[in-house]
Amino acid sequence: MLKQRDVVSVDDIETDEMFAIFELAKRYENLLKSGKRISDFESKIMATFFYEPSTRTRLSFESAMHRLGGSVISVPEPKSSSAAKGETLADTMRMASAYSDIIVIRHPLDGSARLASRFSSVPVINGGDGSGQHPTQTLLDLYTIWKEFGGFDNLTITILGDLKYGRTTHSLVRMLSRFKSTVNLVSPDTLKMPEHVISALSKNFKVNVSGDLNAVLPKTDVLYVTRIQKERFVDPNEYQGVIGAYSINIETTEAMKKGSIIMHPLPRIDEISPDVDGTINARYFQQAANGVPVRMALISKMLGVN
Amino acid sequence: MEENNKSTLKVSKIKDGIVIDHIDHGKALKVLSTLGISGGEEFTVSVLMNVKSKTMNTFKDVVKIEKRVLKKGELDRISLVSPGATINIIKNFEIEKKFKVEIPDSIIGIVKCSNQNCISNNKEPVNAEFRVESKAPLILRCVYCDRTMVQPEIYHKI
Repeated sequence: MLKQRDVVSVDDIETDEMFAIFELAKRYENLLKSGKRISDFESKIMATFFYEPSTRTRLSFESAMHRLGGSVISVPEPKSSSAAKGETLADTMRMASAYSDIIVIRHPLDGSARLASRFSSVPVINGGDGSGQHPTQTLLDLYTIWKEFGGFDNLTITILGDLKYGRTTHSLVRMLSRFKSTVNLVSPDTLKMPEHVISALSKNFKVNVSGDLNAVLPKTDVLYVTRIQKERFVDPNEYQGVIGAYSINIETTEAMKKGSIIMHPLPRIDEISPDVDGTINARYFQQAANGVPVRMALISKMLGVN
Repeated sequence: MEENNKSTLKVSKIKDGIVIDHIDHGKALKVLSTLGISGGEEFTVSVLMNVKSKTMNTFKDVVKIEKRVLKKGELDRISLVSPGATINIIKNFEIEKKFKVEIPDSIIGIVKCSNQNCISNNKEPVNAEFRVESKAPLILRCVYCDRTMVQPEIYHKI
């Protein structure tokens, strides 16, 4: 099982391990609702290294560890401390693993979490590496879908937005390729999913690449929207055009099938209009809330208490 | 390689050393540079370029290096530059051993990752490392950033 292993990529989690995390997350969710205290991890320390800005990932990891009864140590601005003095990430990880039982890292360079895991003697969780992967986001995304639909087979999942740089989409499609789901990838031409992500999927898993959301919307069960970053575009007019074509509003929800849901890893800017928030399709805030029980379950499995 | 019917090649046999044969034509100099041979060494190096191959009716390059042995890592390097190359180990003018180079399953410290944002291109105490996803055509996947590389990019990053 996951005990004392690293979670750098979704490939580090077996399918049965993922479902075991979901079951435990559900138990934690109920425990949190009941207000019961958990003290299983009283003596355990998590070290967090966020070399890039983060709100939800950082808060939910730290909240998860506190909720488990453990404690968290972190450097407020790792970029301005050891890294600024020229220390390698390898050395920082060697040192941090002597101070903690588990490490969470977010770093702007691709592959940084894999490197961290090689130099740390305690388990490492990738909280997002460059435009690489974000496996715990995928866990909470799939947990949200699993709670809604009970599984992933025969579902049509449409992933929309920046599929080139959006690391959450890379991990998501990689994990979904283990199931009999239909995945539509909808993006502007300039932000298509990279070939190295597609080529790593199971050979018999087919993705439909499209630029037209309206064509796939009526059959979609899960519409997964991602943020399109303005700074990715050289021409501001092009950005406006893309935002116009892919923004989700009340009319979009009316074209969606019954029982379908809208998700977003957040933060959203202009992609989802606020009037969608109150619709029966909106799941993005519940999705963000699921980050805590799912990360509690993951930490618990990795530290090997449950 | 020793002759092409009408005239003897101007390069004589070597006594002890290695002959790297069947190098893709035009790649002999890259083979030498990947082995760190610049010509300033004390041993004799002969380079033949665009020689007609007897067996394949195509052109090839040949490199002869006297008093030199090849380490495993060097054979791996040659396999990435020219996967069809053969190695002849020469002892006292005779071929003692002959074999084809083989692309290994993992490539460590030979090719640099083409992704500038990859941690392996940063100042860290690690070598670039790839899994060989396919040998023909050659596809390498970086164990750090997961990006794939194909030819001729791999060739230029050696």
